[in-house]
Amino acid sequence: MAAPLLRVEDLRTQFFTSRGIVHAVDGISFNVNRGETVGIVGESGSGKTMTAFSILRLVPDPGRIVSGRILFKDQDVVQMNDDDVREFRGNDVAMIFQDPMTSLNPVTKVGTQIDEAMTAHERFSKKEAQARIIPLLQQVRIPEAARRAQDYPHQFSGGMRQRAMIAMGLSNEPELLIADEPTTALDVTVQAQIIQLLKQLNRDVGAAIILITHNMALVASLCQRIIVMYAGRIVEEGPVEQIFDSPQHPYTWSLLRSVPRVDVARAERLVSIKGLPPDLVRLPPGCKFHPRCRFKIEKCEREEPPLEEVAPNQVARCWVMMRNVAQEQREETKAGEVSREAATELKQAGSG
Amino acid sequence: MAVAQGAPPRGALLSIKIPRGRGAGLGLYVVRRILWLVPVLFFVITITFVLMHLAPGSPWDKEGKQLSAAVVRNLNAKYGLSDPVLVQYGRYLVNVVHFDFGLSYQYEDQPVSSLILRSWPPTATIGLLAFLMIVIFGIGIGVIAALRQNTWVDYLVVGFSTIGASTPAFVVGIILIIIFSVTLYRVTGGNFSLPTGGFAFDQHLIMPVVTLSVLPIAFIARLTRASTLEVLRQDYVRTAWAKGLRERLVVTKHVLKNSLIPVVSALGPTFAVLITGSVIVESVFAIPGIGRAFVVAVSSRDYPMILATTILFSVIVALANLVVDLLYTVIDPRVRLG
Repeated sequence: MAAPLLRVEDLRTQFFTSRGIVHAVDGISFNVNRGETVGIVGESGSGKTMTAFSILRLVPDPGRIVSGRILFKDQDVVQMNDDDVREFRGNDVAMIFQDPMTSLNPVTKVGTQIDEAMTAHERFSKKEAQARIIPLLQQVRIPEAARRAQDYPHQFSGGMRQRAMIAMGLSNEPELLIADEPTTALDVTVQAQIIQLLKQLNRDVGAAIILITHNMALVASLCQRIIVMYAGRIVEEGPVEQIFDSPQHPYTWSLLRSVPRVDVARAERLVSIKGLPPDLVRLPPGCKFHPRCRFKIEKCEREEPPLEEVAPNQVARCWVMMRNVAQEQREETKAGEVSREAATELKQAGSG
Repeated sequence: MAVAQGAPPRGALLSIKIPRGRGAGLGLYVVRRILWLVPVLFFVITITFVLMHLAPGSPWDKEGKQLSAAVVRNLNAKYGLSDPVLVQYGRYLVNVVHFDFGLSYQYEDQPVSSLILRSWPPTATIGLLAFLMIVIFGIGIGVIAALRQNTWVDYLVVGFSTIGASTPAFVVGIILIIIFSVTLYRVTGGNFSLPTGGFAFDQHLIMPVVTLSVLPIAFIARLTRASTLEVLRQDYVRTAWAKGLRERLVVTKHVLKNSLIPVVSALGPTFAVLITGSVIVESVFAIPGIGRAFVVAVSSRDYPMILATTILFSVIVALANLVVDLLYTVIDPRVRLG
């Protein structure tokens, strides 16, 4: 098998605050292959966004990557000097941010902002860059691209801004595109269109995609593989189908169940996970999820479980594992079905 | 964006429909704003007129000596002060429309307009130079402090601006005189020092300009620093970094273009204040400027002079605000005037 495009090894990113050290990313390792689509899933504060920021060395103050390696085509991003990082950002790996309303500079024309992404690097000459702006906007299906390139962000709708961000991200033909909650700020139909667009771009351009989200349905509609994060660590990882069929970590299982449903009674429509994510300054001992886990055993409070292979290509960090939980406790509906249905609905919304 | 000074309510008296297109609309907008000066000035004149005549005392009350009733009567007749106030007011309005601002009471038979033309250039020169200093240093150190937040550079700037913003101009002026006139004179054995007063186009300008600009520099530096820090945290700045832009480009094209928007709006009134003169600075450095002339006019009840300077100040403030509003459209495309 060819070497993976991106190899993250034991990455730790911490924030040094007056309260103490925030363990935002706490020793995670994963790979992304060329052309692959990977979803990183977790609640707010699970470390997924900081993982993405670490990959681009964009961790804001007072945060810092304290250890680990981020190998992009065998080059360690963590060790790069400032010039190399600058060349790497937006060129090898591009990122799309959560809120398209605030991620574009309000006082600069959209076309100029795309142009700038290209002229920052040496891949395209000034002329080539100029000539690429309109085709790029067309590629992300912005109507009247030539006129729209002259517009300012406030003249764009939310969906169009996110498209413009994607066009900007793609402008240097990066091999990896990181999309951090690209659809959270958008309404559902627009969400679906953006996911469709990412999917098509992955197919046509061949860029690998890391989709960061808390929405399992989005992952199902776009990704091949899921990484579930909790308290800065990976708690489960595996192919989408497999994880949807048989999630092994109770957290994954809970996430899969917590997709809002329109087809059931109001009271059961949204199953939420009880409790809050742990304080990343004072993490609980043992399994970090145990205070919220309904299947916990005594051992969970003492000792942190390792990431263990539970099936081919699937690993989970749990002493219990969902397959050992009695069927009646797991309730009648398979958790994966909930999210899968939501994913189907999303696809229909996108094509409709 | 709200238009600050003399802003008409929408659909008011003089409202002219502005077409959506940019260029032509802007021209009309400017014309409309300038037309709005007429009612604004009318109110300014009226209020000033009323206040002036409500204030006790008359132009002929000189300290120490009492003019005889006959002299006062003659003077009142000469300057039309024996007519009812309403008549005086009407006459003044008619004269102003003809750009006749009357004769000064304190300097016999001198037209107020020539007094202003004589005392304004020194004030304006010092004001303009101070404004230049404020733009360069205020914005400059503000940006540097923000980019080097929580370093000694930043602390130095914050320290300076706190002290600068809380030190009155006359204190700054006197300290400067002690250092650069008195001490420097002694140290160099009388060979070199800065002049303590008067006005000419050379060393006379240095200390007044510095005195005048210290406080606004401190103020603008603080504002720039705060606004730049705010912008540095914005998502689009992160986007700029994520694109792999060079620091210089991130700062100039993404940070400054946004962070200077509030600074520009503060510079408008600052400009107006500087150009209309500071009584304190002009007194400390004995500059024959309009700021001092105005105060003298007020204390000696020189009505025509008071009115004319007030009109001039109003026009300058209104124009400065107009320029700021026009600048807004240049630096922030989201702003539409009309």
